[in-house]
Amino acid sequence: MPDARSAILTRLRAGAPATVTPPDEDFAPVAGIGMGGEERLARLRRAMEAVHTEFLDARGADWVPAIHAWMVAQSLPSLILAPRTEPGRRIAERWPGLGAGPRLIPYDRPLAEWKAALFAENGAGLTATLGGIAATGSLILIPSADEPRTLSLVPPVHIALLEVARIYDTMWQAMREQEWSRAMPTNLLLISGPSKTADIEQTLAYGVHGPKRLLVVLV
Amino acid sequence: MATAEFRVSARKALADPELRANFRRAMDGLMSRRADLFARAGDWAGLRALGAAARLRALARLPELLERLEAKLVERGVRVHWAETVEQGNAIVGDILRRRGARLVVKGKSMVSEEMHLNHFLEGEGIEVLEADLGEYIIQLDHETPSHIIMPAIHKNRRQIAKLFFERIKGARYSEEVDELTALARAVLREKFERADAGISGVNFAVAETGTLVLVENEGNGRLCTTVPPVHIALMGIEKVIERLDQVPALLALLTRSATGQPITGYVNMITGPRRAGEKDGPDEMHLVILDNGRTRVYADAELRDVLRCIRCGACMNHCPVYTRVGGHAYPGTYPGPIGKILMPQMLGLEKVGDLPHASALCEACTEICPVAIPIGDILVRLRREGTRADSRAVQGAGARRSAFESLVWSAWAAIYATPVLYRPMVWTLTRLGGLLPRGLPGLRDWMRVRARPRFARRSLHELARRAGLPDA
Repeated sequence: MPDARSAILTRLRAGAPATVTPPDEDFAPVAGIGMGGEERLARLRRAMEAVHTEFLDARGADWVPAIHAWMVAQSLPSLILAPRTEPGRRIAERWPGLGAGPRLIPYDRPLAEWKAALFAENGAGLTATLGGIAATGSLILIPSADEPRTLSLVPPVHIALLEVARIYDTMWQAMREQEWSRAMPTNLLLISGPSKTADIEQTLAYGVHGPKRLLVVLV
Repeated sequence: MATAEFRVSARKALADPELRANFRRAMDGLMSRRADLFARAGDWAGLRALGAAARLRALARLPELLERLEAKLVERGVRVHWAETVEQGNAIVGDILRRRGARLVVKGKSMVSEEMHLNHFLEGEGIEVLEADLGEYIIQLDHETPSHIIMPAIHKNRRQIAKLFFERIKGARYSEEVDELTALARAVLREKFERADAGISGVNFAVAETGTLVLVENEGNGRLCTTVPPVHIALMGIEKVIERLDQVPALLALLTRSATGQPITGYVNMITGPRRAGEKDGPDEMHLVILDNGRTRVYADAELRDVLRCIRCGACMNHCPVYTRVGGHAYPGTYPGPIGKILMPQMLGLEKVGDLPHASALCEACTEICPVAIPIGDILVRLRREGTRADSRAVQGAGARRSAFESLVWSAWAAIYATPVLYRPMVWTLTRLGGLLPRGLPGLRDWMRVRARPRFARRSLHELARRAGLPDA
């Protein structure tokens, strides 16, 4: 409605303050707080564990068998992965040699072609991350053509790989160092725990619509 | 008529012990969680100043930023629509859905959609709309409106919800366990997400610099609504825009901490356009509807404009002694509590809801905890004044509450106080004989309905000052 557009903008301009000096901004409260590497990890872990996130520390070891063993122990039937990403390729290569375990399902076609099957799947989806945020306990994800948005959303369990060296102090620091505003992807996500709700009597319940469990694999 | 409305609904709510217990428990919990978090996380004053600055900067350049946002979104393939009224907004959404032949729509939480009564409109068009946020789903099942802008079903307890699910969801087993009730809603809605022809969402912040819509949530329903269906329609008021992406962290921290006492929500979903070539999911068509609905009029007044800073965290409700006692449904219109008292009279007109600015003790608890420092108390007083000013055009219905009797009393008061020959005998009489005024006197009667009888001092300040030897001015 072009008329509504010009009417709204005209009214706003008529009411706009002639000269208002916008207040200055002091970003100190959201800037990096100079944490050390171990402190960053500890803060992130504490914040995420407080909302039921699970951790698997695979640093210094091979993370593929670690995930395999964890999934077997949890009796998860399948692992959906992004076959063209580096972690996806690595899993596909190593998985058959690890013995009986969850079935691998490559996310290799548009959602519309297998929506019902994806929604019916009762296993885990695996994604990489672009790092973490210590202050709030968050993972940074940028879904892409190779790693679709629904991979971290529809399967009941989400497994996310986190490189410990890529944990930032704050969101502000992460967005500046990674230069988000230069080229925003179609979707950029911060994930800070499994799906949860407190809509009934303020009582926390997990797994309402999104993943019921979130496993962060430290690499 | 409107005056009676809030009084009547408030009185009804006050007499409902179950409702009062539900709100008391919830508000106490929300207040203490927020206080704990801000106490631990330190710099409340600095964060608040930063958040307020971001909002003030956006309002100072609002028309320009809206144009910039639109240009960025269009560049990324989003179709932008403008609506002056809720009718126009509904028609836009209806047209998009009709063109796509949509029969089933899933919807994330959006207060703008409540302003529009969008569900009602779409149902009239033969389109099924399902609220996907658990709280919104609960009240939709019971044909209610939200009683709180963050926790829409806060007025119900688990027994009431258990009964509702048992009666309204086919094949449901009766349970009062929160986990079981949540699982039941998950099962119902999951199938809808999969089948939905379109998803509708609100917007928490719209970043002009990048054309990014920021949505916060905990459940994942918002991500599902904006990712799985082939069409995504986002709705926002004109005030939601901010200048830059680097302003998001402070606003986000203020929003989630103030709203629910969380350092961050489970999901922060930043969307910058529909699916691109080669991507396997995400909507292939994306729209943004920008709604005015009275906001440009609010913007035109330099003092009232501060209402548009609001980031819809709901903390003013949680801390309001009036809201806590009467609950959200006692308030007419979409937004309850202190923010509703300063926004709804401007959207609906003082002639309809001019009593709302008076439904406050002016305790300023809301002003104190507002994360973007809106001077709520001052605006309440301003709107009270607007209600009696026939010469003002700032707010629709200004002067609607003007009473000839009250104006007369004030004119007489002014005249007496300006005329010593009238003032002295009146004060002398009142200080000596004021206690004998009949209880039934108009004004005094209203005052005494809920308050003690005022007592006059035996000597006026004037007399005391003179006795103390202070010279007359």
